[in-house]
Amino acid sequence: MDEIYILWWRQMKRYLRTRSRIFGSIGQPILFLLALGYGLGAVFERAGQGDYLQFLVPGIILQTLLFSGVFWGIQILFDKRFGFLKEMLVAPVPRVKVLLGNALGGTTISIIQAVVVFIVAAAFGFRPENWSMLPVAFLIIVVLSLTLASFGAGLASMVDDFQGFQAINNFLIFPLFFLSSALYPLSNVPDVLRILASINPLSYAVDALRYTMIHQTHFGLGLDLAVIGSALVVSVLFAVNRFNRIQI
Amino acid sequence: MVKPIIEARDVVKTFGTIQAVDHVSFEVYPGEIFAFLGPNGAGKSTTIKMLTTMLRPTSGKLLLNGHDVAKDQAAARKSFGIVFQDPALEEELTAYENMLFHAVLYGVPKGQHTTRIEELMKLVDLWERRDSLVRTYSGGMRRRLEIARGLLHHPQILFLDEPTLGLDTQTRNVLWNYVNKLNKEEGMTIFFTTHYLDEAEQVAERIAIIDHGKIVAEGTTKQLTAKTKTKSLEKAYLKLTGEGIRDEISEDFDGLNVRSALRNQRLRG
Repeated sequence: MDEIYILWWRQMKRYLRTRSRIFGSIGQPILFLLALGYGLGAVFERAGQGDYLQFLVPGIILQTLLFSGVFWGIQILFDKRFGFLKEMLVAPVPRVKVLLGNALGGTTISIIQAVVVFIVAAAFGFRPENWSMLPVAFLIIVVLSLTLASFGAGLASMVDDFQGFQAINNFLIFPLFFLSSALYPLSNVPDVLRILASINPLSYAVDALRYTMIHQTHFGLGLDLAVIGSALVVSVLFAVNRFNRIQI
Repeated sequence: MVKPIIEARDVVKTFGTIQAVDHVSFEVYPGEIFAFLGPNGAGKSTTIKMLTTMLRPTSGKLLLNGHDVAKDQAAARKSFGIVFQDPALEEELTAYENMLFHAVLYGVPKGQHTTRIEELMKLVDLWERRDSLVRTYSGGMRRRLEIARGLLHHPQILFLDEPTLGLDTQTRNVLWNYVNKLNKEEGMTIFFTTHYLDEAEQVAERIAIIDHGKIVAEGTTKQLTAKTKTKSLEKAYLKLTGEGIRDEISEDFDGLNVRSALRNQRLRG
């Protein structure tokens, strides 16, 4: 327990001491929120889809969790390149614990950022449909951040350099995000997009957030939760498997 | 008969086409101070990395305290501590926080955290600067901090991978005195590499010399000088490994370095 705590503590210290990272990681989703929310709001409304800001906020929360989790994975890459990973990997502590302590740090950071984005969205006029559902939304956010931080840790364990991580980001993370239902409803999109979004787990994550925050759903909450749960299991197994194989 | 605490049996490690460690076997007994010498790129660091579970051997067997380091990693890790050759500090933590992190992660008993951290930081003369971020430390200070950190918990086996590289004479003395004390008082087994042969001659009870991934000689300083008919360990060493200077590219078969070196080679055609 102490070991997990100290690993988490170090992640938090590091996070709080690098201010640029805090602003950078919160700034991007807020930019999306404002530019898209206000830029496309009028068109969205004229198309009879209602208030775009309301629709967009769950998607932006997911964006925050996705990028925060995956970018947190860079931390492992940093530690690998700058040597601190050795200090953790040869410690007399099972690697799963090392991974868990670090991933809990990443998860906490993601949650903090998602909450900040939520508060900013509220300041810009976002109103949840049903306040009593918010704790459920928060629980989903917690599960998603653990999933995505594990996913990021697994990816980072696989690559040796920042270029490799950049490639993953461009060819995996951005497409995953844009080909989900985070930014647009799936009801009127061409079949290709709908099919792609339907096999993308992120769509189900957004859908669950949308259900709990603005009471809209495309797939139904039951299916959403089933996909989220499976994604959690797969991501954690992936991270453990990759992390166990790291050689330095 | 005493069982060896470190045992390498016919160990091989290859990176692509490069054979970094080539059928190496040796034994170190409990309480020994053992020096592992060799030119750059001879396979010293690769061997230490395999012994400390950072790299997996391609073939052969490595036992630490009876635990196979490739199969029973968790148990093997409980047996040793290490001072790394390259920096392994967290820059965004203070020196004290780095020490505390290590103390907790490496299972130093809770009641001894503060006393041991203070003792060791004073030993390397960093106590006054304990609350500065490591980011602000100079190279020499970082090195001293790494050494203090490596000595914080008291494992059965202590690996020191070129611990004195870049250290001033004072700190080198402090380090070896402390290591000797740990060895005498706690019976700690010491396994170290160095390029300073005077150091090996003074501190080590037994020496192995590795070159091109193979062990070329093993024994006490006396045995090595007698075998090569030379007067000092340095002369014996040069006779065994040759006078030629080694290729810089092959320095330290660090997994990352080798992989990127191979990649560069491929890019160059």
